[in-house]
Amino acid sequence: MQNEEICLMKGNEAIAHAAVRYGVDGYFGYPITPQSEILETLEALMPWQTTGMVVLQAESEVAAINMVYGGASTGKAVMTSSSSPGVSLKQEGISYIAAGELPALIINCMRGGPGLGTIQPSQADYFQAVKGGGHGDYRLIVLAPASVQEMADFVGLGFDLAFKYRNPVMMLADGVVGQMMEKVVLPPARPRRTDAEIAEQCPWAVTGRRKGEAPHVMTTLELDPQKMELNNLRLQQTYRRIAENEVRFEEFMTDDAEWLVVAFGCVARICQKAIEEARANGVKVGLLRPITLWPFPEKEIARLSRQVKGILVVELNAGQMIEDVRLSLDERVPVRHFGRTGGIVMDPDEVSVALTSLINEINL
Amino acid sequence: MKEEIIIAGFGGQGVLSMGKILAYAGLMDNLEVTWMPSYGPEQRGGTANVTVILSDAPISSPVLRTYDTAVLLNQQSLDKFESRIKPGGTLIYDTYSIHHRPTRTDITLVPVDAMEATFELGNSKAYNMVLLGALIKVRPLVGVEAVMRGLKKTLPERHHHLLPLNKEAILKGMTLPKE
Repeated sequence: MQNEEICLMKGNEAIAHAAVRYGVDGYFGYPITPQSEILETLEALMPWQTTGMVVLQAESEVAAINMVYGGASTGKAVMTSSSSPGVSLKQEGISYIAAGELPALIINCMRGGPGLGTIQPSQADYFQAVKGGGHGDYRLIVLAPASVQEMADFVGLGFDLAFKYRNPVMMLADGVVGQMMEKVVLPPARPRRTDAEIAEQCPWAVTGRRKGEAPHVMTTLELDPQKMELNNLRLQQTYRRIAENEVRFEEFMTDDAEWLVVAFGCVARICQKAIEEARANGVKVGLLRPITLWPFPEKEIARLSRQVKGILVVELNAGQMIEDVRLSLDERVPVRHFGRTGGIVMDPDEVSVALTSLINEINL
Repeated sequence: MKEEIIIAGFGGQGVLSMGKILAYAGLMDNLEVTWMPSYGPEQRGGTANVTVILSDAPISSPVLRTYDTAVLLNQQSLDKFESRIKPGGTLIYDTYSIHHRPTRTDITLVPVDAMEATFELGNSKAYNMVLLGALIKVRPLVGVEAVMRGLKKTLPERHHHLLPLNKEAILKGMTLPKE
């Protein structure tokens, strides 16, 4: 593995390579389609022989997320990955990690639900990721990759944000970006942090009590409501800082747009092709792709709602992100939804039809 | 230049690896590439397909309704994808396993007897390379040398002694399309 080498690989494989190169300390997971290549590739890379990274196939998703909880408590950079039904199993642990104000990366390579569902791509876990799938008032920073390159890049970005805010980050991917192969430039390899560096950078971490120092306690239990409310207020303060500083999005041809499409992940690229075709026919359509689903690009939606005549939200679900788009509007422009569910991925032509029907509805 | 390709056939025929080698060849020629497989409980004898896009500009959607070029290796795939080839596009199909022949008149039809040619080579595993040869003959998207470099990248080193056989299969495939 040379630095700056252009590789061709699946999104799932790119995550594994990026994790080793970032200097992740531990991966704990349990196989499930369509993301099993993350664990498989990590096992094949055998990073425990090179960087010392731990790669462990746990006995279950619940065990894996609690290993992440434990590892994160010691200030280590730890991660897990799964797909929809497996991520549901992890929700209790995620709530604990958020309550413990711990950095961690959780990857959901979504498949169609509800229930055990299908193994084909989906975006139906938007609510779960963005609104809090576990109990209590907590937020995850949610990153939505749309390419293999972003699958690789968001490992580093995810950990950087997680440590900066001491908050778990979820990478909300899907079966398309997980399974497809594209060119990718892997991040430069760097060594894992030493124990001394961790002790310095994470003074809160549980790393063994030193003489004359008070013990670091990691618990999410606080029976005194006064104190528990203070804990909540501190969390909310963190979330406000994240919302102010970490909104990420990408715009495509929005400058003169009369119509707006909002889509995330692989669907944004499917929409982009439909938009390229619409533009070729002289229809002024633009695309807003939220990269962070939380914090959501509210201001940009608000601004564009003053500019466009209508908004089409396209998702691989029955209508989830559309709620956040509606909440962000400044002007009451019509907002319509087009989605496919159950593992069916729409093609660009279907998006074109939905777009035409929105335009006809408003222009006629 | 942008070519949107579907390759479809039975699982076990080497459909996904053929697409992978084509994608690697594109990478060798500095093209943008996407490779999107059908994934799931596919198995030997079931159906498998892969969408490969080669382009000199960044690629938006990896998922497509219609294709410039189709390489179809069994009847189910022909029935499913014949109507989804763009007018003016190209359909390469294996006459050995496709009996209800395509009927489109607005596309270029390229029948090839790839199975027979593979038998002549004496190694049934080279079947997909014969077809890849036919494809790059009809649609010269990448050169033989780029394909060979791509193949070298995808084949584990313990199989590198098979590179000459694969090259032979590709060259043989290139002779199959009739003008």
